[in-house]
Amino acid sequence: MKRTPPRSRAASPRTTPVRNAKKSRLWIPLSLAGILLIALGAARGEVDTVFRKAIMICLECIGIG
Amino acid sequence: MAKAAKQRIRGRGLIQLLFAALTNSFVTGFAAGRIYQGNLKHLCHPGLNCYSCPGAVLSCPIGALQAVIGSRAFHLSLYVMGFLLLVGATLGRFVCGFLCPFGMIQEWLYKIPFPWKRNRFRGDAALRYVKYALLVVLVIALPMLLVNDAGAGSPTFCKYVCPAGTLEGAVPLVLLSGKGPQTPTDAALPAGPLQPQALPGLPAGQPILQGTTALPGIAAEPVYRTGALFNWKMTVLALVILLSVATYRPFCKYLCPLGAIYGMLNPVALYRLRMEDSLCIHCGRCRKACLMCLDPEHRQNQAECVRCGDCVNACPTGALSMGFGEKKRFGETAGTASPAGQGRG
Repeated sequence: MKRTPPRSRAASPRTTPVRNAKKSRLWIPLSLAGILLIALGAARGEVDTVFRKAIMICLECIGIG
Repeated sequence: MAKAAKQRIRGRGLIQLLFAALTNSFVTGFAAGRIYQGNLKHLCHPGLNCYSCPGAVLSCPIGALQAVIGSRAFHLSLYVMGFLLLVGATLGRFVCGFLCPFGMIQEWLYKIPFPWKRNRFRGDAALRYVKYALLVVLVIALPMLLVNDAGAGSPTFCKYVCPAGTLEGAVPLVLLSGKGPQTPTDAALPAGPLQPQALPGLPAGQPILQGTTALPGIAAEPVYRTGALFNWKMTVLALVILLSVATYRPFCKYLCPLGAIYGMLNPVALYRLRMEDSLCIHCGRCRKACLMCLDPEHRQNQAECVRCGDCVNACPTGALSMGFGEKKRFGETAGTASPAGQGRG
């Protein structure tokens, strides 16, 4: 029996060039949101919390506590 | 294999090695059995790299996420989530393929000859959802909800699962214990993990750590209790190591919560796998070459693709390529997707 190749997604009527272009640009708002979150987190002092945890050996984290 | 493909494979290995060496470059830590305490630890590593590793100069994003979620002051980490969103939206799982030290170690292990190497087996697809469950339950929910009397949560993923922490942190520290001045441990804290000003010997308000010097009042010979928890974590590590010899990157496929986060962003990330339909001869070599068991011919940007580039190297016509953004073709302006490339996942 001849094996039929899997149907390419390119043939799907649900996808359009506009939709694809939008999807390929989604990284821009997501990156901007990431930068905004970093700034907000830094402003409320989360960076110090991360730093304080990272400079001490976390015994329970590595299983020797 | 073409010369260019061989160079790409060597290039990726070199990038992995250099990045791992660069982000674990605190050599003194390995010599003295202590960890780096400088300012770079304000920043997160993009990959899974334990911040209790003696050489680590950056913070582990998963450890940092749990630390902030489990702290008494915050129950949501905007800083770490923002960092992961930024890295994930720009690079996606390129981080897994190029920048993660634990991914590199698994790849090395997979190169060990073994008679029963299997990547395609029943249950593989279902097992890949386990990492999403670990992300939700062990990284977010339990550190947030399971708190002690002081209101501090426990880093449950690091504590019960993370083999990277065992390999990079616990094993070297246990082996190196008793060599010179030690880094303080969070066991020295009287209540909760984040009260550095309450360390014995330090007046309140004094900067807790300067450079890499030892603190007054901190024991020079820490006691590392290698009990049941250590044995459990060593068992997990041994299983991951053994599985890595038999199957490609098992931890990345099934357990890594960082891979789950980057995987969710992989389909929209700026760094992409691209397909030129007009060049594809449907030979299926890309599918055979993919050790993550994906089908790059039909779906290029799936959550599971770690951007290793094996499919690109296997492609005889150059139809597949990797890079930032969509490939611009002759006469095509930025922002105009060609019909040939539409619908790629």
